[in-house]
Amino acid sequence: MCQVDEDFQGQLEHTEVPSISKKCVKCKEKTAVVVIRAGDTYCRDCFREYFIHKFRAMLGKNRIIFPGEKVLLAVSGGPSSCSMLSQVQEGLSQNAHKKLRFIPGIVYIDEGAAAGRSVDDRKTAMAQMQTLFEATGFPFHLVPLEQVLDLSPSVLVMAPSPSEQPGSAYKAAVDQFIQSKGHWPPRPQDQDQDQDLDQASLPDIQESHTQLLQQLMSSTKTQTAREELLSMLRQHLLVHTARTKGYSKLMLGDCCSRLAVKLLSSIALGRGAQLAQDTGFSDSRYGDIITVRPMRDYSSKEIVFYNHMFKVPSIFIPGLDTMTADKSSIQRLTESFVTKLQADFPSTVSTIYRTSEKLQTAWKGSCAADVCDTCLLCLCALDTTVENASAFQATLISEQLSQTKPPETSSAINPNLNPVQSNPGSALATTTGQCCSGEGECGKKGGGCCSSPRVPETTDMRSLLCYSCRQTVKDMSSVDHLPAYILLEAQRRNRRSQMREQISEFILDEGV
Amino acid sequence: MYAKICLIFLFLSRGGAELLFKGVKEHHVTLPTQSEPWDVKQLLVWIQRNLLKERPELFVQGDSVRPGILVLINDADWELMGELDYQLQDQDNIVFISTLHGG
Repeated sequence: MCQVDEDFQGQLEHTEVPSISKKCVKCKEKTAVVVIRAGDTYCRDCFREYFIHKFRAMLGKNRIIFPGEKVLLAVSGGPSSCSMLSQVQEGLSQNAHKKLRFIPGIVYIDEGAAAGRSVDDRKTAMAQMQTLFEATGFPFHLVPLEQVLDLSPSVLVMAPSPSEQPGSAYKAAVDQFIQSKGHWPPRPQDQDQDQDLDQASLPDIQESHTQLLQQLMSSTKTQTAREELLSMLRQHLLVHTARTKGYSKLMLGDCCSRLAVKLLSSIALGRGAQLAQDTGFSDSRYGDIITVRPMRDYSSKEIVFYNHMFKVPSIFIPGLDTMTADKSSIQRLTESFVTKLQADFPSTVSTIYRTSEKLQTAWKGSCAADVCDTCLLCLCALDTTVENASAFQATLISEQLSQTKPPETSSAINPNLNPVQSNPGSALATTTGQCCSGEGECGKKGGGCCSSPRVPETTDMRSLLCYSCRQTVKDMSSVDHLPAYILLEAQRRNRRSQMREQISEFILDEGV
Repeated sequence: MYAKICLIFLFLSRGGAELLFKGVKEHHVTLPTQSEPWDVKQLLVWIQRNLLKERPELFVQGDSVRPGILVLINDADWELMGELDYQLQDQDNIVFISTLHGG
């Protein structure tokens, strides 16, 4: 029955082709212009109403955005994020029924360096985006990806959320929020001040930074790893922008079709444990910034139709994966698989989407900053601390067995340490040998100060990463090209865990 | 007997499909006369032969467009018009929009 070259001889039922003069299923009067899902035909006005209503319903149902809150919209120029922008504009406009009540800001991240675009192309694109944003009247920020090289390691640390509130006590939470910081309606001087600062000229990009980024991208061997790395850097930069400019929520424009592809490709990449956060409506892995995906109920067809019919401006900017072949990366392959399947079976994407809705995170309570059981790169809970008989251990063992035996470097994995000082307070300064003092850069390449032979950095980072991030890093020829903030944070965490190991016998247990 | 010449405007609007057509978004096209009326299937073949500058597999797949590329005929979904069997009229407006990541 399920053979490769099965020939069905036309036994498959054909979906009934809607005829030309089909009426709208909602108002039953006007001629339909668009087919949504499997066979629902809508006329122009009903479609518009449906589209706008869905956005409001999504925000209203989830009750996560408070009135007066500052929300950062991440706009890439693509149809989905520009549609989100226009919905927000629509929702905040005076004549809207049940106005949305939050303060938006826009951020655009220019990834031209990673995609290998010329400086002129990037400048043109930035200028176009600037025109688009200026027309909305919201404060906006144009951020080149090069700024990721200047981030501080604190972006990788989960910050405590401003207040712990149960989901059901929404009204109480809103009141508390308004009392603590929000003002509604927004005071005019707050908004003007923001706008003055941000109508800046296009940011300049340093040539050296661009080259460093390009070096980073070319040091990854596979397109898959490159795309993962890019999306991680982008995410860090978004969170950093939100934190520094005082936004408490981040809105991403991922649509249903893209999320379905992301779900399947995440599973293929080993991110099964983090699916709920990667594809859910809200993602609270950063603690203080909550990522929200209000477009996740819209299929890409609906978005594209709406944009075309109602003239929503969007700009196409070629990215890292434009014009790549089907098999160039796991993400592309999954996308082509899902879209092809969707063409014949129109409920594919919605089925995958419904499955993703059922996923929930089992968050193990808030972690203190010191207890680093979150992945260094993606900030999700580590899924590698499992018992010995797990599938994960099996992959590790088979990996070890299939590699040629390295010549006695196993002893170098743990760099030689000084004996533990009796005073744990100064342990941090001395555990890593006489070479560092305080925040010294031990482990930096070429440093001959450590008495042990130079330890391959990949080994050092492995324990800090979740499974899929390990795979990504493994695909890099050298970890040293990663931006400084990642390396610094990795070293800091390594030092802390080494220190903790050494003073573990002095720590009092909770229950004792 | 259908000898009239069809004038069709092709807009490859935003989404990247225009990259395959050297960045030109709007094409005003006159199809050569032929005895049978033109339908969309033949139009695709014509486009592939005359307008598509590179990477045909990113636009056309077999008989039809690649899944993920939407076609609008006179601002209506082509599924409502009969998809590939729709017969082209004079001054028709055909729009191809790509919804895919990779092109």
